[in-house]
Amino acid sequence: MKKQFVRQEFREGAKVGIPVAIGYFASSIALGIMASRAGLHPLKATFVSMLLNASAGEYAFFTTLLGAGSYAEMAIMQFVANARYLLMSCAIGQKMSPSLAAGRRLSIGFGLTDELFGAAVARPGFVSAPFYYGMMSIALPGWALGTLFGALLGDLLPTVAVTALGMGLYGMFLAIVIPKAKTSKVMFGGIFSAMLLSLFATLLPGIRQLSGGVRIIVLTVLVSVVLSVTFPIPDGPESPTDVGEVAS
Amino acid sequence: MRANYWLYLLVAALVTFAIRALPMFFIRKPIRNRFIRSFLYYVPFVTLSVMVFPAIVTEPGNLWVGIGAMVIGVITAWLSGNLFLCASSVCIITLVLGLLLH
Repeated sequence: MKKQFVRQEFREGAKVGIPVAIGYFASSIALGIMASRAGLHPLKATFVSMLLNASAGEYAFFTTLLGAGSYAEMAIMQFVANARYLLMSCAIGQKMSPSLAAGRRLSIGFGLTDELFGAAVARPGFVSAPFYYGMMSIALPGWALGTLFGALLGDLLPTVAVTALGMGLYGMFLAIVIPKAKTSKVMFGGIFSAMLLSLFATLLPGIRQLSGGVRIIVLTVLVSVVLSVTFPIPDGPESPTDVGEVAS
Repeated sequence: MRANYWLYLLVAALVTFAIRALPMFFIRKPIRNRFIRSFLYYVPFVTLSVMVFPAIVTEPGNLWVGIGAMVIGVITAWLSGNLFLCASSVCIITLVLGLLLH
């Protein structure tokens, strides 16, 4: 019975992981190209993707490496580029059974990426470790292999193709966000204003100068605080991230 | 590249891992505070929205290609919500418009 549940969850996770893996493969090609232009050996570029699993973080990594910045600078850059995961980690922690073992929490943490997080929160009920491992086992190799592919062959692909492949990630983000906007007026308004503010933030002088990572954090906190104060989710269910589905 | 590539990688990997794993590791009990629960509920969708727009429009370099990708992506997501379908429709429209307009 237990074993069957584990297998079933793993398989479901793996199934979710397939489109993510394809998207990752396509998207990380751009990072591989960047690494090879920086003069990094293709295998070294691949190691970075295997350990960091983050587009913005790796972009920051290669930039800092190229600029021969200090280790402190590397740490701060990584913190800023990845700070949004602090919030996601808190959020997904609430979608886990309180009894989920420490080691499993840490290993899921290693694979906490935007897309896997999105897929996990979209699932009703608690997220199980086997489900998450299923996603990780398919999706993360896609990311590493795409980087390798990009580092080896990227220069041979025409720019138009590289750009098009990299755009796949945004398609995935839309697939997570837009259906959510349909579920309630509050969500629709929240998502719409987040995008609108994000547009202003990239245009207005002063705010524009902030790095992309900082801008994302500031806007995320600002919009989420306003939404939480104005439209707090109803009290009750164990797992807060399910409430939206119930309320809508 | 100098030899300190490995030290850079170690620093970056440790910081990244700590950010991702420690909050879910330490905060195990369900949070009761209504504000924090609401905040954590909204955060993922807000942050993805901020990340996707206007980046999706500016990324291709040509504004019309970007707008085309955004429109097709939103329509596909509104109608289906399938990750793979949305990703590939955005890729294909970027490629086609890119080839036509460049």
